Formats: sequence, C-alpha cells, structure tokens
Amino acid sequence: MNILVCLKQVPGSTKVDIDETTGVLKRDGVDSKMNPYDLYALEYALSLKQEGDTITAFSMGPNQAIDMLKEAFGMGVDEAVLLSDRALAGADVLATSYAISQGIALLGDFDLILCGKQTTDGDTAQVGPELAQWLSLPHGANVIKIEEITDSDVTITLTTELGSQTQKLPRPCLLTIEKDANTPRLPSYKKLQATKDKEIRILGVKDLKDKDPKHYGLNGSPTQVERIFPPSVNTDKILHQGTPQELTKAFVNALKEARFL
Amino acid sequence: MSRYKTLDQSDLEFLRSVVGVERVLIGEAINEDYGRDELAEVRRMPDVLIEAENAKEISEIMAYAQKHKIPVVARGSGTGLVGSSVAIHGGIMISLQKMNKILELDSQNLTVTVEPGVLLMELAAYVSEQDYLYPPDPGEKSATIGGNIATNAGGMRAVKYGVTKDYVRGLEVVLPTGEIVELGGKVVKNSSGFDLKGLMIGSEGTLGIITKAILKILPLPAKSVSLLIPFVDIDHAIGCVSKIMNTKIIPTAVEFMEREVILDAQKYLGKNFPDHSSDAYLLLTYDGVSRMEIEAAYQPVADICFANGGLDLLIVDTDERKDAVWSARSAFLEAIKGSTTEMDECDVVVPKSHLAEMVHYTYTLKEKYNLRIKSFGHAGDGNLHIYLLKDELSEEVWKQKRDAIFDELYSKAFTLQGKVSGEHGIGFAKVEYFAKEEPPVVLALTRAIKKVFDPNLVLNPDKIVNLAK
Repeated sequence: MNILVCLKQVPGSTKVDIDETTGVLKRDGVDSKMNPYDLYALEYALSLKQEGDTITAFSMGPNQAIDMLKEAFGMGVDEAVLLSDRALAGADVLATSYAISQGIALLGDFDLILCGKQTTDGDTAQVGPELAQWLSLPHGANVIKIEEITDSDVTITLTTELGSQTQKLPRPCLLTIEKDANTPRLPSYKKLQATKDKEIRILGVKDLKDKDPKHYGLNGSPTQVERIFPPSVNTDKILHQGTPQELTKAFVNALKEARFL
Repeated sequence: MSRYKTLDQSDLEFLRSVVGVERVLIGEAINEDYGRDELAEVRRMPDVLIEAENAKEISEIMAYAQKHKIPVVARGSGTGLVGSSVAIHGGIMISLQKMNKILELDSQNLTVTVEPGVLLMELAAYVSEQDYLYPPDPGEKSATIGGNIATNAGGMRAVKYGVTKDYVRGLEVVLPTGEIVELGGKVVKNSSGFDLKGLMIGSEGTLGIITKAILKILPLPAKSVSLLIPFVDIDHAIGCVSKIMNTKIIPTAVEFMEREVILDAQKYLGKNFPDHSSDAYLLLTYDGVSRMEIEAAYQPVADICFANGGLDLLIVDTDERKDAVWSARSAFLEAIKGSTTEMDECDVVVPKSHLAEMVHYTYTLKEKYNLRIKSFGHAGDGNLHIYLLKDELSEEVWKQKRDAIFDELYSKAFTLQGKVSGEHGIGFAKVEYFAKEEPPVVLALTRAIKKVFDPNLVLNPDKIVNLAK
C-alpha cells in the first residue's frame, strides 16, 4: 500500500506575536515544529505500514520545512517531498489545497492520503477535505479510528457533533485524523542519524502541471485576511468556599452561566 | 499523663480574640483532610484549626501556646508523605494556605519574595511568565513553598540545579517562643554567624513557622529537550548514569522508570505512553540557550548509551511530546497508589554509585516477602522512591511484612552509606529509622537544638526525633 501523509510546519509555541498592521505572524527567531494534529495522521500511516508499503510525507512551505521532513524520516517515513515556491506565499485554504493537489498529482497513485484534522496556526480544518475534492477522492473528516482496510475499501469511525459514525469508503480515499486517535511515536535518534543524508524531493510551481501563477498564492486566493489579532486572555479565578453540597451547586451554576450545561 | 495542656474554652476565646471568630475552626467544621497527609499513614485531628493571615497573629498564638504548653503544628497543602504536618498530639493547627501572595519579583537581585502558602505550581508559572526559572521541581506541584522549604524538597532538576535549600536566600520565621525573626536576606554571600536560616530549612516545622521567604531565581533557559532512552534492562539503564554524568555536560534531570510503573501511569491518566519498546528507561533533560547547543550535548550521550545497552534515543522536544512523557512521570506516585488498596513508601538516598545495587535489592525483597514493590526515582542523584503495596493482605500480615521489609531496606541503605530520606523528610513515620541511622551524639544534638528554640517543646513535637527519650 502506498500512503501519503500531509504535514505542515507550524510555530513551535502558542506565544507567537502577530504584527497587527500586516496581520502576519512574526516567525523570526520563533521555533517551528510539526503541526501537532499531523502527528496523529503520521502515526496512523506508520502503524498501518507493512512490508513493501511506502509512506511518503508531503509538505508545502518555506525551505525551513526541510527540518520537519527530516524529523519525519526520524519517525519512519520512506520518502519526503516539499513543495516550496515564493509564488505560493499568502495562499488561502483554496489556493493551498489546489497547490498541494497539483503536487501530489505528480507523485503517482496512493491508496490512502492522511492529513491532520486541522493545523494549530490556521485552525480552519478545510485544507484536507478541499484537497480531496481537487483530487476527486472520497474523504472522511475527524476520523478517530480506521477499523478495517480491504483491497477495495476502508472502514472508518469518525466523530461528529453528536457522537460517532461508521462509514465505508472506496479506496483510494483521503482521511483527516482526529486528535488523540492514537499516541504519536517520538522521533528516533538512530533513524535520524541513518537518514540524515537522505534526499528530499523539492518541487516548485514550474514543476506542476498547471503553471498559471494566477492560481497560486495570494493571486489564487479568493479570501483575504482582513485582520489577525491575538485572542484576549482571561486568567480570572473565582474561588468558592463551603460544604461539598454548596460547592457542587456553585460549580453547576458556573457551568450553566458559561453555557457548558 | 500528657506533657501538654488540653485545649479549653479560655484558649479558644484567646484564639478568637487574635484572629476573629471566622478563622477559628473546631470539631465538625474542620475538614477530615487536616487529620492526615498525602500518605495518610499517620492520623489525628487537631483540636482547633487556625487559618492564619499574617506573621503577627501567628506570633501571638505561638507565644501563648509556648506559655500554656499547647502543641502547635503548621501546615501548608498537606501533601507530605511522612506525617510531618499531622497534629499527633492534637492541639492547634495553623494553616498557612491563606498566606498565598507573591509579594515581589526583584529583577536586579534575581529574587522572588513569597508568603509560605504560595503553591509550587503558582510560583513556577509566575516566574516563568517573566522569563525566569525557580529551579526546584518536586513532583508534587500543589505543595506549598513553605512546605517545600520545611522538608528541603528536592525534585527532578536537583542533578544540575540543586535542591530547595540552594534557592532560599532569606526567611521570616515565627519562633516557637513567638518572636518574629528575619534570617538571611537578599544577599548572595553571607558568613555572618551561624547559618540559622539553613537550620530552618528541612526542620519540618519543628524549629519555627516560616511566614515569608526570599527565593533565588535564574534566567529561564531558552530551550530544553528531554531524551527518553530505552535500555535492554534496568541494570544497564542505571549503570549508564555515571558514564553520562562523566560527559561533563550536566543534564537537568536523570530519571529512571520501569515498564510496570509506566503501565500504571497509563491506566491512571487514561492515555498511552509514547513508547513500549523496553522494560527500562532513562529520561534525561538538557537545557541551554539554543537547540544546537543541546544537540551538541546529547551526541556523546548517544554514543555512551549505545555502547552500554541503550536501544535508541527518543527525542522529546515539543510541548506535546514533553506532556506525553512528563505527565506520565509526574503521575507515578498517584498511579501506583491507585493500583493498590494501601501503600507505604521509602525515600531512601544512596551514593549514586550504589543505586543499581539498591534497586536490585528491592527485587530480592519482593521475592523473599512475596509483596509487590515498585520503584522509580532520580537516578542522577541516587534518590530512590520505593513503594510497598498492601493489595489484599490482612492488616496484620501487611504490617509485619512492611516493617520487616523497611528494616532490611534501611539496613541495606546504611551499609551503602545512604540516608533515610532524600527529600520527603523524617516526619513521624521515619523517626525510628532516623534513630537507627544517626549516632547517639547526633540525636542528642538534635534534641538539644530543639530545646533551645522551643523550651516547652510545643512546636510540632516528636517529629524527626522522639522528644520523650
């Protein structure tokens, strides 16, 4: 089975400053890491791998994403591809998913494409499903478990607002994996050492089938970000004192007021 | 007949005159938690609980108690494990939980001044938000700073940064006779007379009640990376520690852990540990100014580990990965507790070179007595946490086995030049073993010092040493 996993490099910390005038994340000097949600997709791919299977990691982003793809080698992927081009900068979800679909189309056929359900920086959860549309693949989002894979189809359980649902999808298909679907493995020093000179294939817009610059980056994005600002942080603490009965009542009331109940 | 006066109505009236009616609790109004500590081996309710708010009222209560021979125990969060904060003679318990303000962060002198009831996790978060580090890192984050100082708590970063006493610059203390004294201060050096501040640290609330502390802080290291290292077996894991330390690049933490305890933690937390390839692991942490500096530090470690039974180095570098590994490590105590009906602990410390021998000895005892014994600990400083589990044993058999095993464990530790407690203290539970460890002259000195501070022996009596002898 050939499995492709989409990975994104995101800021390493949630404490990232935002330039309020340009709305751009201040990435200088900030550590990066593999999108934590993608770790679950990667773990699923690695755990499904059997002899003869190939796991390919695919990312779109600046050159520094090479570090993240090296880490993916250290976790056990076989091939890594980076789509990197200045012309891709400023892409919204539509332009991003289109560019990724163009990149993947160059790589041949896959039995399964796995994505994290969303990223910790964009948080849209749209790129995975949109990518499936561009590739004309059936897809399942928020997959908590891959129940069974046969030669013809894949049975999955996905989480919904009201509970869970089990679906059978024909192969090939694209799945976005829910948080905590598994326990991601840690990068191995031994594997990192063994793969440190392994080649990462770099693609640019010139390599894609559709080379029209109007379809990529800011030019290809129908949505524009008007303003990005850091969320307000509330660290107020309310301390209740009293008997267990009084405290329970106060707690339930607080949950009701916050509309959790 | 008791050495102490039983509290009566006039005593209660006095206490109410000092702190008001609302902060004097008696009878049913005192939560049963105040009758025990975390391990709950030693139990006794205080006659009255005072929720103190300042040093002055503690001073007045202390002077009164000294005069009237009423026993007093100070208490923080009650997370101790040896009964130090249990009122074994009843009397007055002074809770310091309401004195929980962080008073000042002095960035010029690199100190933070706190009241004793501030929780370790609150202090750690407060200084870290301002890019400072308070290095002591005991596993129990909901302990108070006052309690940490009173037991000279150690924790996971002791290997590189030392223990609580290394970070206490100054203390305000209410003496057993009621005087308020300031010991030490913001100064870095101090060779002015006896180190009375040092005497207070680790005295388990027997020599004074800490009402304020000036603590040393450090600039926060920019990066830290942990390495989870699976080994072929526990002997190789522990055997590797001294070689790792010899690389001259000191890790902040060196913990060892075994599969059984990891599985307990998984069950307790309801989430999986990220690796199951081995029965025995070392967990190291390195900190520094850059990722490159840290990577340079752990390359020689990799060579040493691979040459000595290490199977791989798993890299724990992001918040999520640290959480996955360290949340398990931090849950070990609770997890082991949850896996049995009752347990008792031993916090023995031996010279690092003898740690493997000590761990092995617990296996021998486990077989000899047919009792589940689990351990984990700070491999980098020789401090072992050993837990005996009661499971379905009858009370009588449990006590017999437990006492016999403790006798053998401590005897073994003493022959290896070890000590009863690395960081939990002696309290009430380990008094007998402390008396075996130390020569009579040391015990006599300890009693004599106690008497100088506390003529009527009212403050937390019969902890560390039995005073009746």
